[in-house]
Amino acid sequence: MITSVEHRFGPYGGQYVPETLMPALAELERAWIDARTDAEFRSSLDVLLRDYAGRPTPLYLAERLSEAAGRSIYLKREDLLHTGAHKINNALGQALLAKRMGKRRIIAETGAGQHGVATATACALLDLECVVYMGTEDMRRQKPNVERMGLLGARVEPVDAGTRTLKEATSAAIRDWVTNVATTHYVIGSAVGPAPYPALVRDLQRVIGDEARAQLLEREHRLPARAIACVGGGSNAIGTFAAFYADRDVELVGVEAAGEGIESGRHGAPLTVGGPGGVLHGAFSAIMQDAEGQISEAHSISAGLDYPGTGPEHAWLRDSGRARYTAVTDEEALATFARTARLEGIIPALESAHALAFALKPAESDLDLVCLSGRGDKDLAEALARLGPLAGA
Amino acid sequence: MQTGIERIAAAFATAAQQHRAALMPYLMGGFPDLATSQAIGEAYVDGGADLIELGVPFSDPLADGPVIHAAGTEALRNGATVAGVLDVGAALAPRVPVLAMCYANPIYRRGLEEFADALAERGIAGLIVPDLPFEEAPAVLAALDARGLALVPLVAPTTPDERLARIGARARGFLYTVSLTGTTGERAAVDGALHDVIARAARHTDVPVAVGFGIATPEQAAEAAAAGARGVIVGSRLVREATEADDPPAAVGRLVRGLAAALR
Repeated sequence: MITSVEHRFGPYGGQYVPETLMPALAELERAWIDARTDAEFRSSLDVLLRDYAGRPTPLYLAERLSEAAGRSIYLKREDLLHTGAHKINNALGQALLAKRMGKRRIIAETGAGQHGVATATACALLDLECVVYMGTEDMRRQKPNVERMGLLGARVEPVDAGTRTLKEATSAAIRDWVTNVATTHYVIGSAVGPAPYPALVRDLQRVIGDEARAQLLEREHRLPARAIACVGGGSNAIGTFAAFYADRDVELVGVEAAGEGIESGRHGAPLTVGGPGGVLHGAFSAIMQDAEGQISEAHSISAGLDYPGTGPEHAWLRDSGRARYTAVTDEEALATFARTARLEGIIPALESAHALAFALKPAESDLDLVCLSGRGDKDLAEALARLGPLAGA
Repeated sequence: MQTGIERIAAAFATAAQQHRAALMPYLMGGFPDLATSQAIGEAYVDGGADLIELGVPFSDPLADGPVIHAAGTEALRNGATVAGVLDVGAALAPRVPVLAMCYANPIYRRGLEEFADALAERGIAGLIVPDLPFEEAPAVLAALDARGLALVPLVAPTTPDERLARIGARARGFLYTVSLTGTTGERAAVDGALHDVIARAARHTDVPVAVGFGIATPEQAAEAAAAGARGVIVGSRLVREATEADDPPAAVGRLVRGLAAALR
């Protein structure tokens, strides 16, 4: 039996948190090691994922997108899950785990609001108290999700520091956890943070890649040439990639936010840009920082990618050459958002539109798997306001 | 010449000879600007500080409450750099031992050896890294040990005994004991866990135990000392005074004199 989870991915990862949290991280690690092999826990989670969340999600051959790209494009439809994104996979798993640990109070951070909604949903279902930290700029951009969380019984705590986005919301959630650690479990929303979170979140999201791999083998009797996913913190990407690590011929591509362009400095693409690694929110990973080691402000039209850090396993997949990372601008993502709606009748989340935009660029590939991580309902107001100048494109 | 570790030990020993706990006020370097923060530090020493904890502002301070967070943000907005803040430490170091309090990332960004050199060159005696727990500390500890500087670890009320023993065994300078489960900031009363955490910390280390987080008033400082703390760290209350006062050095000087008197 495996009795530990990864703390390091190459040089990345670790536990750079205040001492107060260290015993809680050890407790969480023990709980996960115990739960993940426990038949009763697995069965409870599998039933919820199937009957409540809607798994397995379809693997859809997007014929008109394929025609546009000149190759087969399969979409893994995480957008069809309950609450509208892959975040529910992780939220249900961690909420069940919290209950198993006897922790009745749940906190979470959210950027686009998808993780906040997923966590609020899991807490409503499992009768847990829920507090979600969200930057006030994101509350403006993602108003419907703020209202959904309220309806689900969660308290949304506005965070007014810094750029008022995901980075500050995460810091505020960690401070809450430092204060209330005895009663509280922190449901982190991406494959970031101190160990064991990056491995825990990957394990819970791996269902995306495992299903897609099996579905594609059944349909096409082969594996994809490329598996493509957007990367903010990187949970849908790591969940997709993890199933293909051993399939060395499958190229793994993570698509970050180029924002207003990499050269503008206003982006959310630490993996693409490179540069020295650093410590943010408890892990050593690829981050955006200045020469003094102060964390830089990220920018993306997509709130879920508007983050200056990324999961430590992604940094290692990049350095080891197993995956490669690239970035797509706000404008490209917006254009793909509109184009996918017209071609497929699917409105993707702006996050997922980054992965789709990359998949539609010229490439050698003959078959792509794209993780359509979420649906775009939450983005309508923001996207329509910005699409004005692009209308008819 | 004394090493940084020896200077810290001497400061605690002097206080102990006088049958009192050492007073260690926290200074946000570069707040509101470098020159004023140096003047505040001088006022700390004039008011009776035995050591000074010099905060290096960081963009994402996870262990800090709103007062210190806001002061750090303001310091960065006003152009504070790591080197500039450490220079403030250099100016104060001839008078009392100065320990830099810096989050992990600015240290890693500069490089561990270079950062340790930057402290040593300025006569700064030690370093406190609030997001560098025991498991992540060996490389920083080695870099500081090589220069005779103290890496001061933190322990919390949540730290179990066997872990306390491992941390205490590797402590240099003193053991920074967090009085409560939470971030920095003023509290109405000292935490009920204070006596227990000080007693447990003292059982597991040979270096002095100093207490911080949530200690704001002379009464609370005296209570911490009575509970067995050999050092008392006061942060947010002083930073708040520096934020609100028209003449920050004079105002914080008065507070520090009151704290020092309470410990005598």
